Amino acid sequence: MKRIYIHEEYCIGCRLCEIHCIAQHSRSKKLIKAFKEEFPRPLPRLVVEESGYISFALQCRHCEDAPCLSACLTGAMYRDEKTKAVLHDKDKCVGCWMCIMVCPFGVIKRDENNKIVSKCDLCNGEEVPACVANCPNEALEYR
Amino acid sequence: MERFLIIGSGPAAISAIETIRGKGSKVEITLLSEEPYIPYSRPLISYLLAGKIEEERLFYKGRDFYERYGVKAFLEEPAVEVNIREGIVYSTKGRKFTYDKLLIAAGGKPIIPAVEGKELKGVFTFTTLNDAKNIAKYLEVEKAERVLIVGGGLIGLKATEALLEWNLNITLVELADRILSLTLDKKASNILQWRLEKESVKVITSNTVQEIRGQKKVEEVSLRSGEILPCDMLIFAIGVAPSVSFLRESGVEINRGIIVNEKMETNIPNIYAAGDVVEIKNIISGKNQPIAIWPNATEGGKVAGANMLGEDKFYPGTFPMNSVEVCGIPTISMGLTEPEGNDYEVFSKEEGINYRKVILRDNRVVGAVFVGNIERAGIFCGLIKDHLDVSPFKSRLLDDDFGLIYLPREYRKRKIEEAIGL
Repeated sequence: MKRIYIHEEYCIGCRLCEIHCIAQHSRSKKLIKAFKEEFPRPLPRLVVEESGYISFALQCRHCEDAPCLSACLTGAMYRDEKTKAVLHDKDKCVGCWMCIMVCPFGVIKRDENNKIVSKCDLCNGEEVPACVANCPNEALEYR
Repeated sequence: MERFLIIGSGPAAISAIETIRGKGSKVEITLLSEEPYIPYSRPLISYLLAGKIEEERLFYKGRDFYERYGVKAFLEEPAVEVNIREGIVYSTKGRKFTYDKLLIAAGGKPIIPAVEGKELKGVFTFTTLNDAKNIAKYLEVEKAERVLIVGGGLIGLKATEALLEWNLNITLVELADRILSLTLDKKASNILQWRLEKESVKVITSNTVQEIRGQKKVEEVSLRSGEILPCDMLIFAIGVAPSVSFLRESGVEINRGIIVNEKMETNIPNIYAAGDVVEIKNIISGKNQPIAIWPNATEGGKVAGANMLGEDKFYPGTFPMNSVEVCGIPTISMGLTEPEGNDYEVFSKEEGINYRKVILRDNRVVGAVFVGNIERAGIFCGLIKDHLDVSPFKSRLLDDDFGLIYLPREYRKRKIEEAIGL
């Protein structure tokens, strides 16, 4: 499957990935509208980690042997048969947080407004996920 | 054609079936279930009883699971005996089922203590969909108002939380000196007890039910302390034990649960077992024990299913862990949470209801507790599993920005590559 690869040596910690992830998952998908008019604002579905001069963006790895799939007790977490991505059906989620307990990358978040989890969906069919498309220094790659 | 027989319809059984069919196998699969329903998610019954979800949502694999996966299922027909010599399983309805390979995924049964009056109307357990429905019906028909929940573990708290939505007068009795004593540490238990009391739940610890009294239905309960509590309903939530009584004479080796190896094979050739019914290796203590949690059932079922097809898959074991939310306070606990002795190093941090604690032994994470802020708790689950030496960064473990960036670069890189199968 196509995946997001992280090149931490190129990451400049600008967090544009985070901002564009939020915009992409907003209702309008427009940056200014998403930040000025839409509340509650969607959560970014990636984590930017930073320490000293190292930084990188981390999103769901869509693991081959995904612990979140084994831990999900509602059927909300599933593998897309075509793309092999690990996706999350928000209508099935009850917010039991079992996936948060087992994800070794810590990239599944609590969406406290909706009492469900939120995770990377590889921008659901977009040719290139927003975080990758908007990375100014090719620290994220989709291939 | 090879014939597989599966006893049980919980997550271990389901994940074995998904694995078998996912690998393209066309073996004949027959399944015996004690349930009158198609597969459903038992942990969701508390959400149903609370009125947070509709019944349909429990059937998490879809209504047509058995048809889609080519499973001939016999409902409300549990196994009563296994004859290993002839390869036959007998059901409660007197039917004989032959097999080439057998998977025992019979799950656990709620423990009901031998107290007088346990047969009275109004006494329930809280494990199955029918339990939830019967409780709801009883509450409506009998207009029950005072409920006693016996057991302050996971199931007791789930029942309590669901019944809070019914505006009842709830008392929780726990034998240990605090609630969730097996999974949480003292501080976390205290936070949750405080939260429950704020909702007017009466929490009684270091005490238990001695006798249940009433004419036809529950009217009052006497506690070990001598206290008498009037009550209209009682729910036993003491715990579950592996459901192995039908195997006692079979020759399948049993301790508390079925004994299996890393391939989920029992001592009898062609008989496998997985889920709450087995004793699995606790990778923290090194000892085998029943670990009745959902991920253990699905992982074990997956390995059993693959090995039934002749593959060579191993399940190295797991450790106790749980995620429980009580009245809006989420908690996650894993491994050892209240260790005794001098071999442990403990880090903790507390801010209001947000509480985090990590326990190390020989510079390896062996346990963790999260209350309130549970973000990224799974990183610690990974650290326990991988047995990683955390000494270079242990002072960072409770930092707000703790993440993969503090882990050794090589480990981080390998972890990311492994996840995608490189």
